[in-house]
Amino acid sequence: MNYFLRKMGFYVVALWAALTLNFAIPRLLPGNPVDILLAKLQQRGGTVTPETREAYALLLGGDDSQPLWNQYVDYLRNLLHGDLGVSVSYYPAQVTDVIAQSLPWTVILVGMATVMAAVLGVTLGAFVGWKPGTWLDSLIPATTLLAAVPYFWLALILAYFLARVLGWFPLQGGYDVVLDPGWNAEFILSAIHYGALPALTIVLASVGGWLLGMRNMMVSTLSEDYVLTAEAKGLSPRKVLRSYASRNAVLPSIAGFAISLGFVVSGSVITEQVFSYPGIGGRLLGAVTNNDYALMQGLFLVITLAVLGANLVVDLLYGLIDPRTRARS
Amino acid sequence: MTNLSPANEPSIVAEAEAEQVARDRAGRKPLSGWRMLLPTMTPWLAVGLVLVGAITLFGIFGPYLVGDPRQIRDIGLTPPSGDFLLGTTQTGQDVLAQLAYATRGSLQIGILVGVLATALSAFFGIYGAYRGGFADEAFSLLSNVFLVIPGLPLVIVISGFVPRESRGLWTIAVVLAVTSWAASARVLRAQTLSVRNRDYVAASKVSGEKPWRVIVVEILPNLLPVIASQFVFAVIAAILGEAGLSFIGLGASNSATLGTMLFYAQNGFALSLGAWWWFVPPGLVIALFGMGLSLINFSIDEIINPKLKNLRQHRRRARKAARLERELARASRRSRPRAQETDAARDVEAAKEVSAR
Repeated sequence: MNYFLRKMGFYVVALWAALTLNFAIPRLLPGNPVDILLAKLQQRGGTVTPETREAYALLLGGDDSQPLWNQYVDYLRNLLHGDLGVSVSYYPAQVTDVIAQSLPWTVILVGMATVMAAVLGVTLGAFVGWKPGTWLDSLIPATTLLAAVPYFWLALILAYFLARVLGWFPLQGGYDVVLDPGWNAEFILSAIHYGALPALTIVLASVGGWLLGMRNMMVSTLSEDYVLTAEAKGLSPRKVLRSYASRNAVLPSIAGFAISLGFVVSGSVITEQVFSYPGIGGRLLGAVTNNDYALMQGLFLVITLAVLGANLVVDLLYGLIDPRTRARS
Repeated sequence: MTNLSPANEPSIVAEAEAEQVARDRAGRKPLSGWRMLLPTMTPWLAVGLVLVGAITLFGIFGPYLVGDPRQIRDIGLTPPSGDFLLGTTQTGQDVLAQLAYATRGSLQIGILVGVLATALSAFFGIYGAYRGGFADEAFSLLSNVFLVIPGLPLVIVISGFVPRESRGLWTIAVVLAVTSWAASARVLRAQTLSVRNRDYVAASKVSGEKPWRVIVVEILPNLLPVIASQFVFAVIAAILGEAGLSFIGLGASNSATLGTMLFYAQNGFALSLGAWWWFVPPGLVIALFGMGLSLINFSIDEIINPKLKNLRQHRRRARKAARLERELARASRRSRPRAQETDAARDVEAAKEVSAR
């Protein structure tokens, strides 16, 4: 139980740090976001009342009438109520609505692609590490090339060959625009068709890391005594591989999920830009180019929350599958 | 605390000692201390060194050999030819010339961020673990928090708030460094914890050495291979991160990098116009440079974790044994005189014995 409490405690601290970072960044950096934002708002035909100004100032700083501490408390209170302000680039939509629209796209895309890459990489890695010296081992240096390829460049190359030259996949977008978004077969098939290229990009670019990590752990695990014992008992090689070696070797890969998820999310942000995908990443970049600071901060918070949440789940699962971690803490 | 590192992180020192013992037993000359910190030459290491060396030379001397990368000509989007080896951009600029300057820019930022991030991770990882107590807890918590906060979105938000005029090379470098040191700091902390309690460190402490001296003279040399490997990774990550930022138009405003090239290629519709010679080379340079550094890192990994090195040697012996076995099979098929056959059989036995060792 102690282990789970500690984990929860850590994530509460991490969440607080993210919120505070979000509060501090606009206040520490040069420039005056509130004025830019209000000017944009007026261009869009919005009325600027003192209340709007105050709401933005709470989010982005620039309000000197109140002490910093009060601003901080008010900022946290607004966040608790789910009030992230009005988006300028999607005026008059609320930031929360814009996020709610784009979040499912990214969660499904990144989630599916990450799971596929992890399963593929760990399985391949287990086999490569199990039989060192076979032709599979020559895959290893090739994966370093894939790991060093910039996500967005891989996306460009795939888009060029598979979409433009071969015409197998559409070049841009998240679904066929003539269809109405909804839970019908036609729309879902279209979404899968459009999502295939971005997903392929993420899988290709991240599978190498999983493969390499698993392979190296496998090599270390094979010299453990319990593997030798299992072999000496006369167990079939398949059983040793599955139930003894890979089970133990996979633990660091699961534990390393946090780092890889951060990388994948970072990579997918830019990949979405290449494919004009209607997800979080595309919105974030749109918000940056339009100086839509409120949306920018909201999106950063949501991305951080999602990554923290996924890590919390993985950590709690890890405590279940590896009893040593619980015993140690 | 999160559990991100392997449960059984190799202790370099113990492994190195084990290897020394193995060498003594095999009757080979023991390697000197410095030689053990250097990687053994393998084909892959050679490939890595050649890739990194060639691209570095291209970045250093290339700009002197090519023309003005900004000069506009009326031959937009010509494919590669004798005059322009990599073709031209939409406005007729020489892609090769741009590539040379951009490679230089990317290398500069990569090394700058690599140094900054390595320094940060060394400080937070080693110093905290050495002091122990509250400093350790605080530093460890800090690096864990930085580890779970996604880096690039944070960098994008920070760059988004900085006005374009004040977004210089150093700003981008500092932002990238601040968001990328955490993972390395965790590994260094674990390694420092295992080195900290060794007798010679304690002896140095008891004899009244200052903390910085104990760290630099007694602890740091043990961590050098790890730090070298982390520096290499930091350079790759920085070049990739900067390319991503520049690609979305958030890079340093006064520098030309490979990411900037890709930004202009994307905005000049290189993709839909089919101008592959415009967007393929910059990414390829990044990928090959990163691959070269990763291959170098494999060799550094063999120093950190000698099990990997033993594996490679074991594999070589296994291959040799397999080759001899094939030769034997061939020999027996041709039903050569008996004497030769037994010779080959003895060779196989010997090779098998070696590989089993």
